[in-house]
Amino acid sequence: MNLILLALLTACALGLVTSQDKTRKLFAELEGEQESARKLDVEWGQLQLEQSTWAMHARVEKVARERLHMSVPDAKHTQVVMSAKGVQQ
Amino acid sequence: MNYSASPVLALQLPLWRSRMLLVLIAAGFLVLAGRAVYLQGMRNDFLQQKGESRYSRVLEISATRGKITDRHGEALAISTPVKSVWAIPEEVQFSTQQRSKLAALLEMPPKEIDRRLNDSTSFVYLKRQIPPEIAERVSELHIPGLFQNGEYRRYYPGGEVMAQVLGFTGADDVGQDGIELAFQSTLAGKSGSRRVIKDRMGQIVEDTESIRAAQDGRDLTLALDAKLQNLAFSQLKLAVDANKAKAGAIVVLDAKTGEVLALANLPTYNPNNRSRLSGAQLRNRVITDTFEPGSTLKPFTVALAIDEGRVTPNTKIATAGGSMTIGHATIHDAHRFDDMTVAQVIQRSSNVGAAKIALSLPAEDMWDMFDKVGFGTAPRLHFPGAAGGRLRPYKSWRPIEQATMAYGHGISVSLLQLARAYTIFADDGELMPPSLLRVDAPVTGKQVIAPATARKLRDMLELAVQPGGTAPRARIVGYRVAGKTGTAHKEENGGYAKNKYVASFVGLAPASAPRLVIAVMIDEPSAGQYYGGAVAAPVFSAVMGGALRMLGVPPDAPLEPLTLPPDGSEIKEDV
Repeated sequence: MNLILLALLTACALGLVTSQDKTRKLFAELEGEQESARKLDVEWGQLQLEQSTWAMHARVEKVARERLHMSVPDAKHTQVVMSAKGVQQ
Repeated sequence: MNYSASPVLALQLPLWRSRMLLVLIAAGFLVLAGRAVYLQGMRNDFLQQKGESRYSRVLEISATRGKITDRHGEALAISTPVKSVWAIPEEVQFSTQQRSKLAALLEMPPKEIDRRLNDSTSFVYLKRQIPPEIAERVSELHIPGLFQNGEYRRYYPGGEVMAQVLGFTGADDVGQDGIELAFQSTLAGKSGSRRVIKDRMGQIVEDTESIRAAQDGRDLTLALDAKLQNLAFSQLKLAVDANKAKAGAIVVLDAKTGEVLALANLPTYNPNNRSRLSGAQLRNRVITDTFEPGSTLKPFTVALAIDEGRVTPNTKIATAGGSMTIGHATIHDAHRFDDMTVAQVIQRSSNVGAAKIALSLPAEDMWDMFDKVGFGTAPRLHFPGAAGGRLRPYKSWRPIEQATMAYGHGISVSLLQLARAYTIFADDGELMPPSLLRVDAPVTGKQVIAPATARKLRDMLELAVQPGGTAPRARIVGYRVAGKTGTAHKEENGGYAKNKYVASFVGLAPASAPRLVIAVMIDEPSAGQYYGGAVAAPVFSAVMGGALRMLGVPPDAPLEPLTLPPDGSEIKEDV
């Protein structure tokens, strides 16, 4: 009887050790993923910033005017087309 | 060998020696037991805490400040993490080679590093707010005594274009001006903390408790339209430069909702590099500065007179002679016409006409009108320093004051208040609440004048921009425009400065169904021209034309090129 209990106890103890080990490993993994999520978040912010800087209207307009030689058409060169609802889009 | 035969055993020792030993051992056990009870029982908490501190740590979880975006989600202000490099100079040891590498990474001369390290012995910042990649390479140098900590830095991609609206944050990421200050509590995040267990390698192995969850700041969506803002800013800049003006301001309101679609100020500054800032650059003139508006106020007096049924647009006002005397003061018109109709008073901006109409009205009603359209009280914008302007109680008005107020003297307003007041003409008599944040729900205004009156005023304001009015330069190809010029002497030391003017224009378009209200103010134009119709109206025309095209508003007038009158031939108002 005592021997059986002893075996049971040993098994339980080993089980506890294994599960604790697994928890820690999984936790480390979770931690790593969270860290990379944070890093990606930071990168996203920086990319957004970069996008806004490149897409700034002042810059777009300058490029359009100077490099692509574009300009706003004047009234003589404008034709207004109304859609069926009378709203131009 | 017979042990029992040992002579030692045969020795008869005194009994007290064994007793003594027993007592000593027992006493030893007692001391041990006592100590155990003391440690386990009485000092348990303290020791447990000490033990925990060996492996458990409380970590700060930093929270990011919210973004500010325009109405279409384009980022106008973003926080991104940066590092600051600091040192304990006493502990710093590096080779010459390491020093030059560090200097190259921090982009500062090696001598500057030495100077900073000699400044203090305990703590010195070498460089604040450097990008994380560079910080990484600095830490790879493994210089003892050199440390880094994380900070956030706020970037404004729009730069000077909308500096005064957004404001800026300090080094500690706290709003100091503009929207950043006004909505600090919304934008700021709350940093959290959690308790973890670390192993001897410094790796986190277990999360024991979350003390406080980090809360990132909320994003803020402004009413501003970045594209429109840029258009307004660039046109204003052209006009301020061309007229050698001291300052300028423009505000674009959505007539249907009262949202501020664009708001630009000059002079301005770059919020990403705030060295050498002056007060003039920081001012948000549209919201926080007031000025005497001049003739742009005439439509309100006329609207009141029409609303009360005292006049119609065709009533003749005796303005012949071009001057009138009240007490000791005389009011002049720049041009002498015959008697004018009420509509012509607006079209040609007659001071005498406006004064005569004002004097036919009770002072209380006039005050009530000005009060209802929001003059004299700061608009509820949640913007720091929003000005209310000056509107004195009607009981203290003298007749001459009532007369001059009709054409915008003796009263002061901010440009935003003026633009907002014009929504009553754009929205069939409804006054819209101004908003810096995007408004998604439909807005209901406050009815100030009858819809019919508003439409009559709109017709009169349309005459003002036709040839024969004061602002033919405000016209736009393809759209009907309604608006009013203003030119006023600047107030200085309690009187009016002789050669300093404020030129303004407020208008709305398309006149058949107004979508936008734009107010322009040019402060001290000094390149010859100073009339609102010559200085401010062209800015209005350029911005309104571009804005209506961007918004896809269908034209309500034929697309024929406009013929402008020769320079300086338009009707000028007296100032």
